[in-house]
Amino acid sequence: MLAPLPDPPEPKRGVRVSARGVERAFRGVGGAVLGGLDLDLAAGSFVALLGPSGCGKSTLLRVIAGLDSPDAGSVTLDSTSGAARVAFVFQDAHLLPWRDVLSNAALPLELTGTGAAERRAAARDALDAVGLGDATHKMPHELSGGMRMRVSLARALVTRPNLLLLDEPFAALDELTRQRLDDQLRALWAELGLTVLFVTHSVDEAAYLAERAIVFSARPARIVADRTLALPRARTSALRAEPAFGAEARALREALEQGGG
Amino acid sequence: MRGFRTLAPPLVALALILATWEVLARALQIPAFLLPPPSAVARATLAELGDLALAASVTGRAALYGFLMSACVGTLVAIAMSSSRILERAFYPYTVFLQTVPIVAIAPLLVLWFGAGLRSVMVSSFIVSVFPVITNALSGIRSVEPALRDLFRLYGASRLSTLTKLELPAALPAIVTGLRVAAGLSVIGAIVGEFVAGFSESGAGLGIVILSSYRQMRTDLLFSAVLFAALLGLVLFGAVNLAGHLLLSRWHPSARNP
Repeated sequence: MLAPLPDPPEPKRGVRVSARGVERAFRGVGGAVLGGLDLDLAAGSFVALLGPSGCGKSTLLRVIAGLDSPDAGSVTLDSTSGAARVAFVFQDAHLLPWRDVLSNAALPLELTGTGAAERRAAARDALDAVGLGDATHKMPHELSGGMRMRVSLARALVTRPNLLLLDEPFAALDELTRQRLDDQLRALWAELGLTVLFVTHSVDEAAYLAERAIVFSARPARIVADRTLALPRARTSALRAEPAFGAEARALREALEQGGG
Repeated sequence: MRGFRTLAPPLVALALILATWEVLARALQIPAFLLPPPSAVARATLAELGDLALAASVTGRAALYGFLMSACVGTLVAIAMSSSRILERAFYPYTVFLQTVPIVAIAPLLVLWFGAGLRSVMVSSFIVSVFPVITNALSGIRSVEPALRDLFRLYGASRLSTLTKLELPAALPAIVTGLRVAAGLSVIGAIVGEFVAGFSESGAGLGIVILSSYRQMRTDLLFSAVLFAALLGLVLFGAVNLAGHLLLSRWHPSARNP
């Protein structure tokens, strides 16, 4: 596993995200899910998004990814280094069960038309980065839940994205595996300097991972809290016992309750 | 040892049933045209082995062609329907018609269109066996996880690569299930087709043997022909099973640890 890197990455390579007046409603769901939402994410930032279930966190993530289009408003992605490359990690690993680990991780490059040798090398690197370098020929059903999630993470990283969107990715895992993956994700973020937007329903996970945490109210989502977390950049599990961590987590929890969570 | 344990019970059951049948048929002096004893069926089978094997090959060929047509056409129809809600809504009701239409009733029509012989028999086999392929392939393609579709969309996958790299592999277990059902049905369709479509240029199929032995009250031979028809269905079913196992064993739970 990678050790968390203490130094801030230079130069910042991430994408700047700005959402303006984003509105989205679905038939059958009472009222709008997103009702004119404004949001800015700095390039290279690690932002956690908290909120009660069904409040529109996932919808916002899908709109940012371009998987869903808003009824009104717009989302712009600005990248200083070439085009915005967006990667998405879902709630479950969602691997293709008929492919081995390596070709699962290489899938995004295969779909975007990268040559076989090049994409295999890139997939190998991505798997190394998540600590799965020696499992490349295993099939998904031979892996534990945590390992599958790491393949999913490698698949997201294989295109060298500058915006990584994660939708409650580790929610289904046991606490220990989840903490290990949290550390790994932080380390990858610090190393790769990409912008990360992480949706979670766990206050502790948000406080542990992010530089900035945004709390949504119940539907239609509006921002009830937007905190830059006053926590050291280097995070280890000892942090969870610190008073500062407790204070941040408490503040987020209160905001969540106030927003109708 | 494991093979013996799985094979022994059905074999013992078969022996018991045959013995009971033999004893009852003799003891109650059941006329042979009603229920010939197994020994008589065995004698008839041996005596007519050449004709029966030829008939089985004629029917088997028609059933195999019908089955292959079902596999190809059924999968293509499912792909077309899965690509468009409008196509599905427009045509799905008529595929249900394929399943509910009494094949005996439309077989004369097939003879009018395709002439007596292999072609009519093959089409009859196709009509009877295509429906389960369509429904299973369609539901297989439809049940691809939405998150995986999103993943393919995120990376701008073309319609063709979504089909070949996601939808078809994901639907394969369902398609194999449909083909298993179609394998048995294709033999049934071929025999019913032969009842009406009559002699084909390449010889008499099992359907003809069944009809003629019925007319001659050769019930023993009728049993032999039924036995061969069942064997044909089994062979086709086994081949589909084997192919499915080879294709799926590496990843799908239905094909692991048989």
